[in-house]
Amino acid sequence: MMRTASIWQRLTLLLAGVAALLSLLSWSMVSALAREAAERTQDNVLAASATIIAETLRSEQGEVRLELPYAAFSMLGAISEDRVFYRVTAEDRLLTGYADLPAPRPPASGTGRVGFETADYRGEAVRMASITRQILAGSAPVAVTVTVAQTRAGVSAIASALSRTAAMLSVAFFVVAVGLSAFAARASLRPLNEIAAAVARRGPSDLRPLRRKAPAELAPLMTSLNRLMERLGSSIRRSEDFIAEAAHRVRTPLATVRAQAEVALRSVEDDDTKQRLRRMIRAVDESSRSAGQLLDHATVAYRADDLARSRIDLADLAARTTAALSPTAALRDIALRLDTMPAEVTGDAVLLDNALRNVLDNAIKYSPEDTCVTLAIRRETGTARISVTDEGPGLGDGADGDLTERFRRGANAEGIVGSGLGLTIARDVLVAHGGRLELGAGPDGRGACVSLVLPLS
Amino acid sequence: MRIACLAVVLSLWAGVAAAFELEDHARIDGTGPRVLRIVSTADLEVFAPYLDAFHRRYPQITLDYSVASSSDLHRAIREEAAFDLVISSAMDLQFQLVNDGYARSHQSEHAEALPVWARWRDQIFAFTTEPAVVVISTERFAGLAIPSTRQELTAILRDNPERFLGAVGTYDVRESGLGYLFATQEARATDAYWRLSEVMGRLDPRLYCCSNAMIDDVDSGRLALAYNVLGSYAADRLAGGSGGRLQILRMSDFSNVILRTAFIAHNASEPEAAGWFLDLLLDIGLRDTPGPWPLPPVGDGSGDAGTVFGPIRLGPSLMVYLDPLNRQAFLSEWMDAIVQQ
Repeated sequence: MMRTASIWQRLTLLLAGVAALLSLLSWSMVSALAREAAERTQDNVLAASATIIAETLRSEQGEVRLELPYAAFSMLGAISEDRVFYRVTAEDRLLTGYADLPAPRPPASGTGRVGFETADYRGEAVRMASITRQILAGSAPVAVTVTVAQTRAGVSAIASALSRTAAMLSVAFFVVAVGLSAFAARASLRPLNEIAAAVARRGPSDLRPLRRKAPAELAPLMTSLNRLMERLGSSIRRSEDFIAEAAHRVRTPLATVRAQAEVALRSVEDDDTKQRLRRMIRAVDESSRSAGQLLDHATVAYRADDLARSRIDLADLAARTTAALSPTAALRDIALRLDTMPAEVTGDAVLLDNALRNVLDNAIKYSPEDTCVTLAIRRETGTARISVTDEGPGLGDGADGDLTERFRRGANAEGIVGSGLGLTIARDVLVAHGGRLELGAGPDGRGACVSLVLPLS
Repeated sequence: MRIACLAVVLSLWAGVAAAFELEDHARIDGTGPRVLRIVSTADLEVFAPYLDAFHRRYPQITLDYSVASSSDLHRAIREEAAFDLVISSAMDLQFQLVNDGYARSHQSEHAEALPVWARWRDQIFAFTTEPAVVVISTERFAGLAIPSTRQELTAILRDNPERFLGAVGTYDVRESGLGYLFATQEARATDAYWRLSEVMGRLDPRLYCCSNAMIDDVDSGRLALAYNVLGSYAADRLAGGSGGRLQILRMSDFSNVILRTAFIAHNASEPEAAGWFLDLLLDIGLRDTPGPWPLPPVGDGSGDAGTVFGPIRLGPSLMVYLDPLNRQAFLSEWMDAIVQQ
């Protein structure tokens, strides 16, 4: 399965990106507004100052008179530590103030209105407010312009202080938003995780459709999943049926053939025919056995993919399997000896029984008549060992691995019915259970010893 | 004289001699080639301990100290005279120079430690707070009640014209920047100023350029009363031993408190040394105990006990009375009251 970034990560990252963008946007907006507000405050104070000065203008003996009011300047000093400049002109004649202060633009709509302008003066940016008033001096009205200017350090200081505060708030907002995004992403993915958990919790053969409430977005997935399980269920049922059918179809005619052959064997006198019939019976036995083992193998392959896990006492299992095989052993005067102790493992009882039966069957098959097959169970550290020892010809020099390959038979197997699948089945079962199959010689180097090693539960 | 190596050269200094008139000049030679030029309104006797202290701490720097009146000093700086550190008690003129860009910024621990009202931007710094006081001759006031408000003082002057005729001294505000500052701030704060001025005007008052000259004349008995004298100079004189001939009065109705300020000139050739001197002044100004220094500390802004008025604020409003039109109007009113010609 190819893994890409999780939906939760993607969602969180996306939401965090949006939050960062919004934080940045709000910070820049607040900063701009703060500067605007600070500038307007300064403009208002400058306008008030210029207006107060303009209001003291009066005419005295044909001359324009003026007295700078104290308040006009103290109010400028109250808002910031900015440098202050001023100029009062009558028409183009300087009455008082800084002669070189830049000339203000005439206010947009005539006299009586305050006009604002920003200019450079004495190496610093200044904000200027100008107001023009008509004063009757002598016979003609004179336009007197009052200009008050102030540097902008205070505005910048206020704006940057507010901007810093806004930046801190934005960062805090961002952090909270990221936290909430992570939470929201997790919350919205919860139904998906719940469905996944519900599927994972199911037993190996539980193919019932999922019946739980799902959000609209997950409904198609649920439907598809249920449909898939339905198809899988019917496919499994079909192959189970097929296996059962095949076993039946193969074994029943073979049994009939064998029975008929036996009857024929008893009724014929001719030695040559008897010999042929015996060979036929052996071939039928072999086929029947092979069919059984093929079915076993198929069952193992199918069940091992989806292993059941129940607690099994190996001593019980060994007793049952041994009991099932004892008639076969008795036929050849082979004694089955049990030497067990309780050992509990976790696994599929059907499969383990199958594996043990195949191993025991092998042992019985390869043992000479009137000998003994011993089944012993021992607990070791973390594992349980079932060893099946016979007094037969042994496994020869063939490496262990070769013998557990499918359809491979040992060098000493001449003349014995077998398909070569027995040890393969046993090994597959053990591997599926996390165990292993060990092949070796019996005590004193005689016979064979096959051990099934399983982890203890 | 506390400085042995002090060479006093009266008004003979070349350089800016043409630009303005030096009242006094002193030079303390240092071991190195660097020269720190200070221009100040403070008399040499008052300022010598500060020069001494600096010389002890930075012996490598030669100190060049010029004394000028506040208006002359103001004019000289406007004409770009070559000074590093500018010190004056006329805070309005100082403020205007800084506002108009004749100062350079100075940042230091000491500057940070100053209360906000004692500095403006990071360019002008106050290192003293000094009240304006009335100095009287105890001998010539014998038998009279000691006034504590302007109203009482006005009444005493009005009721005893024969005793005070020609024996009242005050600043000539046309010449003295500090006198002008005292007068304008007082006129703004209390109506009693003009009534008092008119009464003084009828007594043919003597007009002075400087506090010290006034104190001298009160000490010698030529004056019965000197109005608006810098309290620090008077206190210094009192401490120097006046034999009980002098008495300092603080008006309880209103009392001007000025800040003596310093700034580093924008064209300073030794801004670093000027910064050291400034920090030394601020360090002394921020002291908690009186110590051996002739000028009072900055304090907490409440002035001395007995006044409820804080110091005059450093701010653009100080420039209002410096406006030529306002100055003209004020001076003509003042002349009407005091000179009465």
